[in-house]
Amino acid sequence: MSKKFDAGVKEYRDTYWTPDYVPLDTDLLACFKVTGQEGVPREEVAAAVAAESSTGTWSAVWSELLTDLDFYKGRCYRIEDVPGDKESFYAFIAYPLDLFEEGSITNVLTSLVGNVFGFKALRHLRLEDIRFPMAFIKTCPGPPNGICVERDRMNKYGRPLLGCTIKPKLGLSGKNYGRVVYECLRGGLDFTKDDENINSQPFQRWQNRFEFVAEAVQLAQEETGEKKGHYLNCTAATPEEMYERAEFAKELGQPIIMHDYITGGFTANTGLSKWCRKNGMLLHIHRAMHAVIDRHPKHGIHFRVLAKCLRLSGGDQLHTGTVVGKLEGDRQTTLGFIDQLRESFIPEDRSRGNFFDQDWGSMPGVFAVASGGIHVWHMPALVAIFGDDSVLQFGGGTHGHPWGSAAGAAANRVALEACVKARNAGREIEKESRDILLEAAKHSPELAIALETWKEIKFEFDTVDKLDVN
Amino acid sequence: MPFMSTVGDYQTVATLETFGFLPPFSQDEIYDQIAYIIAQGWSPLVEHVHPSRSMATYWSFWKLPFFGEKDLGVIVSELEACHRAYPDHHVRLVGYDAYTQSQGSCFVVFEAR
Repeated sequence: MSKKFDAGVKEYRDTYWTPDYVPLDTDLLACFKVTGQEGVPREEVAAAVAAESSTGTWSAVWSELLTDLDFYKGRCYRIEDVPGDKESFYAFIAYPLDLFEEGSITNVLTSLVGNVFGFKALRHLRLEDIRFPMAFIKTCPGPPNGICVERDRMNKYGRPLLGCTIKPKLGLSGKNYGRVVYECLRGGLDFTKDDENINSQPFQRWQNRFEFVAEAVQLAQEETGEKKGHYLNCTAATPEEMYERAEFAKELGQPIIMHDYITGGFTANTGLSKWCRKNGMLLHIHRAMHAVIDRHPKHGIHFRVLAKCLRLSGGDQLHTGTVVGKLEGDRQTTLGFIDQLRESFIPEDRSRGNFFDQDWGSMPGVFAVASGGIHVWHMPALVAIFGDDSVLQFGGGTHGHPWGSAAGAAANRVALEACVKARNAGREIEKESRDILLEAAKHSPELAIALETWKEIKFEFDTVDKLDVN
Repeated sequence: MPFMSTVGDYQTVATLETFGFLPPFSQDEIYDQIAYIIAQGWSPLVEHVHPSRSMATYWSFWKLPFFGEKDLGVIVSELEACHRAYPDHHVRLVGYDAYTQSQGSCFVVFEAR
């Protein structure tokens, strides 16, 4: 039956609040934490979010009647209290699959977290989680290689991988930079990493860095008999320059490159990831700018959403915080989103912040990277929290060793292997951390000195963004 | 130079990946690791290689993977038999995980003599 055009402003809830709706398997589901302006009913605010992030606009328009909007509109189908918070609530919204271009994370985010975040009827809005339907996931490229392939290429099994960012992060010449890479790798690390702000500055142009680093990787590999790599940062001002750098890394025979996916953008990231799949290159992903978006408990996008988006866009390793180091992140929440990176099915679990069942199907997994203010004393906790499919990265905790980076690297490697060995033997490595590390230090003067150097350093601040629980 | 007198000289060591930075395992410590592999439901397998080829992706199988083997003693005796047959080879134990198609565990038990 045809409808009549009725000019004017309608209440959003008349169209977009549909509590009886049963979401389809193909719907993209989102959970927003909504804080409305005072006096506006919850259903109206929630419906406004559904409308503004899908087909709606503030006024009725005649051209709506040219299509069947019921087929295309987003619907708020559930509202829930936020535990321990009276002013906010959760709105669950279902979006039909046809609202999104196949394989485009850019498109999903432009819709879901576009204009609606500036909407005046809202004080705050936070995208807490997205349930991506399998029908959408199968259109996304996903990680170029995944955990299994990366382990096979790097010949690393049965333990977390060990890395470190080169410091000082800015100001070294190419040759000096390569020296630090060489020291870390010969000392026993698997990977070293360009700091995110290293691109191609006047003190160190990218070609120069790539060449010296390639030599350092090669030498360390020959001398230690183990596979080594350095994340060559290909993040650049334009896609053309990004691909030029990636091609050169490949020409030099390097196993892995790196990209900053939020500052670089999802379009650039997905493109580079596809290039990596095609060219047999591993892809390490940094997340600069994420805390601007994900740290406020009431506004922005939770990192679990950004992590899911990265898995779809593509990357073989993604930074996730450390729980124990200098950067924000509580344990349960972190466990929740590292599951989203690595597992094939994650059930809804509010105690870990996962609002939906999420089925990843055959999509490969992404290594979780723990980096930022961690040192040997943290090793047992890191192994317990992150498990084997992770990369543990110690920057200051490597270069800060009194004997230098090589000895710092060796100390970390000994500590890591001692923890894995103890875990496999059935010991409780977090409880027995002190004994395990001190025993291992008996055979390693490098570790003994590292334990002495960092014995007092802790980062015990309260987490700003906590799970919503009573 | 009072400072330099406290700084050690770190010498690069050639190692064979996981557990390469720990002292050689005792008999009991090897048992612990085998028990872990079995408890995870992984298949134990033994591989060996001449040190000149230790960075190769494929080492030679010792027989075939011991699919379904749960007897610690059997695995230890196969490791030892491999070591006796190839004393100048490295011998490693792998815990093969068919679900991930990866190696849940992998370390060298006997280094070449």
